[in-house]
Amino acid sequence: MTLLRDLAVQSVQMALVLLLAPLLTGLVRKVKARLLRRVGPPLIQPYRDFRRLLGKESIVATNGSWLFCAVPYLVFALTWVAAALVPTFATGLLFSWSGDLIAIVALLGSGRFFLALAGMDIGTSFGGIGSSREAMIASLAEPAMIMIVFSLALVAGSTQLSAMAVYLLSLQEGLRVTLAMALFALIMVAIAENGRIPVDNPATHLELTMVHEAMVLEYSGRHLALIELAASLKLLLYASLIGCVFVPWGLAPPNSDLRGYAIGLLSYVGKLAVCGIALAAFETSIAKMRVFRVPAFLGAALMLGLLGTLLRFVSGSF
Amino acid sequence: MQGLAFDIAHLLAGSLVLVSFLMIYQDRLPSLINVFALHAILLAASVAWQATIQNMPELYVTAMIALLFKAFVIPVSLRRMIVQLGIHREIDTVVGTGLTMLAGMALVALSMVVMLRITAMADPLAREDLAFALSVLLLGLLMMVTRRNAVGQVIGFMSLENGLILAAAGAKGMPLVVEISVAFSVLIAFIVIGIFLFRIRERFDSVDMQALDRFRGEQQP
Repeated sequence: MTLLRDLAVQSVQMALVLLLAPLLTGLVRKVKARLLRRVGPPLIQPYRDFRRLLGKESIVATNGSWLFCAVPYLVFALTWVAAALVPTFATGLLFSWSGDLIAIVALLGSGRFFLALAGMDIGTSFGGIGSSREAMIASLAEPAMIMIVFSLALVAGSTQLSAMAVYLLSLQEGLRVTLAMALFALIMVAIAENGRIPVDNPATHLELTMVHEAMVLEYSGRHLALIELAASLKLLLYASLIGCVFVPWGLAPPNSDLRGYAIGLLSYVGKLAVCGIALAAFETSIAKMRVFRVPAFLGAALMLGLLGTLLRFVSGSF
Repeated sequence: MQGLAFDIAHLLAGSLVLVSFLMIYQDRLPSLINVFALHAILLAASVAWQATIQNMPELYVTAMIALLFKAFVIPVSLRRMIVQLGIHREIDTVVGTGLTMLAGMALVALSMVVMLRITAMADPLAREDLAFALSVLLLGLLMMVTRRNAVGQVIGFMSLENGLILAAAGAKGMPLVVEISVAFSVLIAFIVIGIFLFRIRERFDSVDMQALDRFRGEQQP
C-alpha cells in the first residue's frame, strides 16, 4: 500500500513538474516585461510555443550526425529524471531513494555534456563558441555545486534530499552561517547553470556573448521544443531545490493524508511564484557581465561553499 | 536560550569573516570603503550581542565606539581623502583575486585548526569567537600584503583591528580603559596615516607603495 502511494506521489510529481515548468518560464518573462513597462506575452505563451514547435517540420543539416537528432531526447530525459528526484510538494518519493543530490548534479552534468557535443556537431562557428563557453562555465559551476552539496550534507548528515528536507524541517539545526552561505552559493550556481542574466541572456539571439542560445541555434521543430522544455525544467528544478532545502515548510511528510498533500501543493506553487518574481526582479536590476568575469563570479560561489564547509567544522565541534 | 544565543553570535561572527573575504574581493577603492563600513557595522552588532548574552554593559560602549568611528567617521574621511588624492577610480591588486581568495581560505582553515585545538577547554561562545577573530585578523594581514595602494593597506590594517576587538569581546571582555585607549590610538594612527598619504603623494606623485621600493635599494631605477 505504501509502495503504491509512493508510486502515485512520484507520478503526480513527474507530471506536475512537466506541467508547471513552462508556466514558471512564462511567469518570469511576464514579470520582467511588466517591470520594463511592456505588456509582455501571456503567461501561457510557452505552452503555445511548445505546441507550435511540435507542429513544425524539424530541419537537420546535411552534415549532422545521429547525435544531433538524439541529443534533444537525451537532454530532456536526463533533466526530467533529475527533476523527479527533487521533492517538490511531498517528501515520500519512490525514486528519491534511488538517487541523491550528487546523482542530480551528475544527471544535469551529462545533459550539458551532450548539449555541448550537439553544439559542435554541425560545425558552425556559433555552436562551437557556445559549446566552449558552456564547458568553461560548467567546469567552474560544478565544483561550486559539489562544495554546496558537501556543506549541506555535513549539516544534515545525508546527501539524500528527502532526508535533508525532513532534518531541516525538524529545526534541530539553529541559525547556521553555513546554511546562509550555501543558499547564496546555490543561487549563484543556479543563475549560471540556467544562463540567466548576469552570466548569459536567455532572451536574445543577437549578441555575440550568448552561450546557451548559441549551442541550440541549429535546432528547429520538435527538437527545439524539447530543448526549450528541458531548459524550463532545469529552471524549475533549481527553484524546487532551493525551496526544498532552504524553505522546507509546507512539504507533505511521508504517509500524510490528502489535506497534507494539498497544503504541500499550494505551498510549492507559492514558493515557485516567489522564486520566479524574485528572479525577474533581479534580472531587470542587473546588467550582463562580460564572459571573462564569469570565472570570478563562480569562483565566489565556490569560495562560499568552501567557507561554509570550513565554518561548519567550528559550529559542529560543540 | 543558550542555543539561540550561540547561534546568533555564530552567525554574526561568521558573517564578519565573509565580509573580510568580500573586502579582499573588491578591487575598486570606493566599494572597498563601503564594504569596510559594513564590516564595522557587523562588528558592532557582534560586540553588542556579546554584551547582551554576557551581561556586560561596558561592551555596549565598545560597540558604540566601533559603530561611530569605524562605520561612519573613518569611511567618510577615507572617501574624502581618495577623492582629494584623485585615486577613486583606480584598481589595485598585486596578485589576482582568485589566488588571494585561495590564500585567504588556507588562512581561515589554519586559524580554525589552531584555535579549535588550543582552546578545547574554553566556553563554546569564546571558542568560536576566537576562531573567527583569528581568521579576520589573518585576512586583514593578507589584505595589507596584497594591496599596492596605501589606502588599501590602511583599510587592511583597520579590518585587522576589527578582528582584535572581536577576540577581546568574546574572551569575557577587556577593561574599558584599554578598549577606549586602543580605539583612540587607532584613530590617531588613522590621522597620522592620512597625513602621511598626502606627504607620500607630494613627494612621489602617487600613493603606489612600489614607488618607495627604489629608496630601499631594491630596484635600481
